[in-house]
Amino acid sequence: MSYDKPVPAIDPDSAPYWEGAKKGRLMIQRCNATGQTFLYSRQLVPGVVESEVEWIEASGRGTIYSYTVARRPAGQAFADMAPYVIVSVELAEGARVMSNLVTDDPDSVAIGQPVEVVFDKVSDELTIPKFRRI
Amino acid sequence: MSRQPVIVGVSDAPTHERGRALPGTHVLNMQRDCANEALAEAGLTMADVDGLAVAGMWGMPGPGAMQPNLLTEYLGIRFPKWLDGTNVGGSAFVLHAGHAYEMIKAGVCDTVLILYGSMQKSQAARSLGGRPALFSNQWDMVSGLPSPAGAYAMAANRHMHEYGSTRETLAEIAVATRAWAGLNPKAAFRDPMTLDDVLNAAPIVDPLGRYDCCLVTDGGGAVVMTTAERARDLKTKPIYVLGHGESASHVNINYMPNMAHLEVAEQSSKRAYAQAGRGPKDMDMAMLYDSFTITVLLTMEALGLCAIGEGKDFVKGQRTAPGGDFPMNTNGGGLSYCHPGMYGIFLLIEATRQLRGDAGARQVEGLTNAVCHGTGGVLSSGATVVLSNARD
Repeated sequence: MSYDKPVPAIDPDSAPYWEGAKKGRLMIQRCNATGQTFLYSRQLVPGVVESEVEWIEASGRGTIYSYTVARRPAGQAFADMAPYVIVSVELAEGARVMSNLVTDDPDSVAIGQPVEVVFDKVSDELTIPKFRRI
Repeated sequence: MSRQPVIVGVSDAPTHERGRALPGTHVLNMQRDCANEALAEAGLTMADVDGLAVAGMWGMPGPGAMQPNLLTEYLGIRFPKWLDGTNVGGSAFVLHAGHAYEMIKAGVCDTVLILYGSMQKSQAARSLGGRPALFSNQWDMVSGLPSPAGAYAMAANRHMHEYGSTRETLAEIAVATRAWAGLNPKAAFRDPMTLDDVLNAAPIVDPLGRYDCCLVTDGGGAVVMTTAERARDLKTKPIYVLGHGESASHVNINYMPNMAHLEVAEQSSKRAYAQAGRGPKDMDMAMLYDSFTITVLLTMEALGLCAIGEGKDFVKGQRTAPGGDFPMNTNGGGLSYCHPGMYGIFLLIEATRQLRGDAGARQVEGLTNAVCHGTGGVLSSGATVVLSNARD
């Protein structure tokens, strides 16, 4: 099975996110000083001077903060999916994560709907955390 | 006061065939022609230029990575005293005007050329595909977020959710902008358009359709700034740059602090208004970057032209169209006039022409103050200038 869509250029900051996904865990970062959680992953806390960052496993639940339905795909690689839904999910822990919403009914998507993570193993190297409505 | 910075020359490149550069044009001679035309209308020459600010996406990887050096060489500018190649997206040229204001006022240089050119339509160079999913792009690109349209669509959905704006709200902006383009002989798309045309157009990324999105054209422009004192001997009516501001917050739309509220524009315009000693209620017109219709809606609210969430009432009933209460994007905008990839310089060019009284069939009477606001990236950066044809 070959995966023909864009793959992440995984770097030292993002490796725990993608490694976690392979094991069925949605990983996010948390600041030990303030408790705030965030992505994208960086080895610093945005706006906090002295802090330590740790990786935690998120509950995988959240709500749709915003979304769009791509009627035109982002290039030929996504043509087989169109129309498809991209969501910004506000996790229960606070961080926002961007991914796809797995659905057969893009017209019924709305901000505020509750969602949970699902793991889409697209190749031996890559598992993508996606979301579905609950 | 004698070093009060002013705009004394502007020029935009001619195009044909819905935004294609004229035959024999490339990205350097286009910028040379714009520069010479803007200098000539003021009665200046390239020999007067001692400051240069440029940004663009051409020639990369390669010589385009150092555009200030390349254009200094190509244009034959002798040892400029100040260079700026800051590229924060399409807002860059408004930011350059702000930086030029400070440099001219401080006496670092006397005559600044702000310059832009693009052949993206002729060279079919717009495609953003095929780039590696680096850094924070790992999430967007793996999800297939069409860039930049999908990012703006997410902001639009969030704004609609929070404030009750609708697709009709956005269509009002597209229709008003097209009506202005009908009065601009250089506009790529001049045929009148109705709200239904916008609402029934091909969907791209919900809630944005084809006419909510800017054009893809070639194009270029030049702006010349100097001191009010120098301008006394020049041929054009000087337009005063009274205040400026700039800011940035993110690269990817998912990390925009609040997708329904353009805080970079709020921050940037606050500083511009304070420096100018004039506020949003004093503005007689606005030139707001219109990469997408939602960009305009978010910007007018952030600039205080109306309250946050009240943009839907501000634009209703074609209030910003020709003959309406508040002239906005009077050149036809990125939506209908031209959008060569980085549109910000055209905001300065059009506001200058309107404030001088040089805008031809689209001239608005009785103007004193104008606000220009550029947006770069995906609502990522913002830059504001306040312009006026009256210093006091």
